[in-house]
Amino acid sequence: MTAPAAAGRKSILVVNRHAHPGSSLPRSALDTALAAAAFDQPVALLFLGEGVLQLLPAQDSRPAGVRNLRKVLDSLPLYEIETVYVDAAAAATFGLEGEALPPQAECLDAAGIRELLVRHDHVLGF
Amino acid sequence: MPLTYALLVLAAPASGHASLTAARFARALLARGHSLQRVFFLDDGTLTGLASAVTPQDEQAPLQQWVALAESQQTELILCISSALKRGLLDSAEASRHERPAATIHPAFELGGLGLLVESTQTADRLVTFG
Repeated sequence: MTAPAAAGRKSILVVNRHAHPGSSLPRSALDTALAAAAFDQPVALLFLGEGVLQLLPAQDSRPAGVRNLRKVLDSLPLYEIETVYVDAAAAATFGLEGEALPPQAECLDAAGIRELLVRHDHVLGF
Repeated sequence: MPLTYALLVLAAPASGHASLTAARFARALLARGHSLQRVFFLDDGTLTGLASAVTPQDEQAPLQQWVALAESQQTELILCISSALKRGLLDSAEASRHERPAATIHPAFELGGLGLLVESTQTADRLVTFG
């Protein structure tokens, strides 16, 4: 796992709990993470419960008329967000495993998620 | 120890009780001697700033609760500008820029970028989300 806060800066964990494109919250969560990264603040993303569905590969959201978020997720390394944390139990429930997940995904069990929540200064729940 | 708080409101004012709960939380923390620097409204939360909302008389109006807070405590009420514009929440500058007939936000609110939310993560001791 990456170390969270650099000296004097508070770390932010953006928690994604909703599936895209049924909700506008995933987009707002990503925008928030990208804004934090653009201001050089330490930020990480956690996909929890139904939120793991945002990670589905080969999404085509054009018929729904909304933006494809997976493309934005794939661009996260450009913003120096190197790891995205994934609720392993939810990923298994929805059949998202192995190569279906983005390369930067790190799966966490309940204890790992708890530890992640504890070690961030601010948790923003979307 | 008095703490500096900031709030993030994601919930729409007329959907459920999250907006009213957030306003009650704001009053409670102030009553305990903490300070509330900023409330950042994002996503459907930006609808809170709609000046023309009419709440039935026997219900609590979220808009009035937030306005009272801004007037009595100098708490900044910020509507995320990209979420707000999408939902038709405009100040007079944005209304004229986008050639819309009228400003729609209450003057107690201001439009601002996500940078202000990021700033709050660094300056507030506690940032609490209501969604």
